[in-house]
Amino acid sequence: MSETTTAKHVSFLEYKGKYKGILGWIFSTDHKRVGLLYLYTMLVFFSIAAILGLLMKIQLIAPGYTIMGPQTYNSMFTVHGIIMIFIIVVPGLPAVFGNFFLPLMIGAKDVAFPRLNLASWWIYIIGILVVLSSQFLGGWPDTGWTFYAPYSFRTPANVLPALFGAFILGFSSILTGINFVVTIHRMRAPGMTWLKMPLFPWTLYATAWIQVLATPVIGITLLLTVMERVLGVGVFDPALGGDPILYQHLFWIYSHPAVYIMILPGMGAISEILPVFSRKSIYGYKAIVLSSLAIAFVGYFVWGHHMFTSGMSGRALYAFSFLTFLVAIPSAIKVFNWVATIHKGSLNLQTPFYWATSFIFVFMIGGLTGLVLGSLATNVHVHDTHFVVAHFHFIVFGGTGYAFMAALHYWFPKMFGRMYDASWANIGWATFFGGFLTLYLPMFALGLQGMPRRYYDYLPEFHTGNIISSLGAILMIAGALIVITNLVRSSRHGEKVTGKNPWGGRTLEWESDTPPTLENWDEIPKVTEGPYDYK
Amino acid sequence: MEKHEEHTAHVHRDDEGDKLGMWLFIFTELLLFGMLFLMYAVYRHKNPEAFLLGGEELDVFIGTFNTVILLISSATVAMSITAIQRGNKKQALVLLGITLFIAVLFLVNKYFEWGAKIEYGFYPGSDLLHELGHGTTLFFGLYYIMSGIHALHILIGIGLFIYVVWQIRRDKIHSTDYVWLENTGLYWHLVDLIWIFLFPLFYLIH
Amino acid sequence: MSEEKHHISSYKSHLFVLLALFVLTGASVAVTSLEMGPFNTLVAMLIAGGKAAIVLIWFMHLKFDNKLYAIFTTFVLVIFLLVLYVTFFDYSYR
Repeated sequence: MSETTTAKHVSFLEYKGKYKGILGWIFSTDHKRVGLLYLYTMLVFFSIAAILGLLMKIQLIAPGYTIMGPQTYNSMFTVHGIIMIFIIVVPGLPAVFGNFFLPLMIGAKDVAFPRLNLASWWIYIIGILVVLSSQFLGGWPDTGWTFYAPYSFRTPANVLPALFGAFILGFSSILTGINFVVTIHRMRAPGMTWLKMPLFPWTLYATAWIQVLATPVIGITLLLTVMERVLGVGVFDPALGGDPILYQHLFWIYSHPAVYIMILPGMGAISEILPVFSRKSIYGYKAIVLSSLAIAFVGYFVWGHHMFTSGMSGRALYAFSFLTFLVAIPSAIKVFNWVATIHKGSLNLQTPFYWATSFIFVFMIGGLTGLVLGSLATNVHVHDTHFVVAHFHFIVFGGTGYAFMAALHYWFPKMFGRMYDASWANIGWATFFGGFLTLYLPMFALGLQGMPRRYYDYLPEFHTGNIISSLGAILMIAGALIVITNLVRSSRHGEKVTGKNPWGGRTLEWESDTPPTLENWDEIPKVTEGPYDYK
Repeated sequence: MEKHEEHTAHVHRDDEGDKLGMWLFIFTELLLFGMLFLMYAVYRHKNPEAFLLGGEELDVFIGTFNTVILLISSATVAMSITAIQRGNKKQALVLLGITLFIAVLFLVNKYFEWGAKIEYGFYPGSDLLHELGHGTTLFFGLYYIMSGIHALHILIGIGLFIYVVWQIRRDKIHSTDYVWLENTGLYWHLVDLIWIFLFPLFYLIH
Repeated sequence: MSEEKHHISSYKSHLFVLLALFVLTGASVAVTSLEMGPFNTLVAMLIAGGKAAIVLIWFMHLKFDNKLYAIFTTFVLVIFLLVLYVTFFDYSYR
């Protein structure tokens, strides 16, 4: 402890510990470095999965064989899904910004279990390697990311590494969840009562509970699928008496709450950004807190809406449809809160604000089309069509992805001590946003007309919509390239930020040095007022 | 293994936080086993007769015996915490020794129990199960999966206990710092909790 | 930040708890031979629930520790039971 003084005022980026160079990162228990490790890993895999997505859209630019055949196409959407879901959006905001900013926002020096935190990242990397190893152990899986029984143990394609890798990735998620719950319970700065805690930590708290309570469900389900494939136990195999619909139940008992793992921290980040750029206190702080907890809770009991056409009992259909409508209420409450926060604010039109407001826009489209899918009669018509694909890309990509970009632009100066080029950031955002809408909006129409998902081919009547959609994909990827290039370049060569608080935020992380020092604070701050006091 | 020596300032000790972490892990485990119980409920609901017949194949005596010894081991772990709190290292080690012995005994029983069943022809994919039909296949599938995952937890528990005993002998765990023992104890009680439900659901079906 | 006060349970109290668990185990085996129709499973589950509660409250110290753990545990059990209940909306009416 005697050396603490030496580390005091060196930023965490330049800090030299026991290990030099890259080892100083991959063996660092510093929550900020761990957060950046996740960020870089995700950047790599997001690029891979995005390219797979682009290739699929190019295949769909014309009917028939364009650049790939059916089996390749099946592998592509499977791997695209597995990477995007299990490696990008589920860890997503908690792993990157949760790790980096949770301790800063609650005035702690690190998370509760720093070594466990680093171990989570290592487990994450191992999980990724196992998933990727399928390429060398007999080829990609072709089941879709859902691994539905009985196909997942009948297919000749190689699904075991993917199943097992996703199982390992689950552990990483659980450990992060445990870490965050304990951190929030035990390490808030003096004076930071529960209701003085900023909203991003609140949503991380709700998310962490879902990670702890839902992830084991997918763990055991994937493990059973492995056993079923290897040993033929019979638990999901109809030929042995198993019920494949039970697989779907178990799968969605995790995977629906997982949607809230993805979106809740995004909502939290948006709730941080809007007050800062509107120079106004957040509207309805308690309503946002309560709705986050309500979403996390009710979100547990709506999984059946993924299975409306799978052969459940009629009674279950009504129950799940009703519960689905219920969970829309807290989400809508948040949208009202955000809009009311902007209302009559003195707006500071910067890139994070653009991403945040476009988040609200796409999230609303995603949410409302979700109700179309949640009601029984319309669901039967659009189930397993492009409508569903468009809907969940609006939520998962439009929601989580936009929130991620908003958060990245918002916290970027704090993380790297440098500012990005604002005009390139705005051009990138505009290109991306335009591309996004051009890509996904036509898919709603295609779905309503009856174009099914997961086919490499389609009828000629769907041609126009697919051309527009594919061109949108190219535009969107161009936008993403501009955004990412700008950020990567700026993290090294951007204009230096010297002040602690470039945006004028009121939450605690802006009181730390830029970039933060190794231990964040010389002295643990004392909290006396709420997080968004602008008056 | 501490990476930056300078980093130690925040490696604070927080027993209550450690315990909360352990409880959260226990919740994870509860849900994991919970889903297996859910599968059990569904398949028993669909195949009541086969589950009744399957249950009759299992040996109530071994089941009861394992239940009783596992309960005793839970008590000895709880008592070892009392011993450590009172600063009685020797008693704590004896009590943990008994726990370890019981844990191994439980696995030995399980080995013989499984061995006998497999010899008789009850194992996933066996001809006998194929003949007896879907319900029995499911019953034994679940029996092997659930008691197997439970046994895996016993195995992990044995590892944890060996570590704790070693730490007590080195005086790393003592009357003012025993959260490792407490958390291992919590884990062991969880293993007992699961068995409390597995026992009637597999051995005592009426 | 070590905690100030710890409740130390006596050996005797642990042995009493163990005795109670034995009695319930015996009861559980005994009632299996009784003919109660569908209530057999219910009784077996109630007894198991009682044993689990005893283990949680005394062995796992929920009675003496921070009340937070007891609240969380209840909450987790409620979630599990609700998931079970909702699942049977499907299986009971198929």
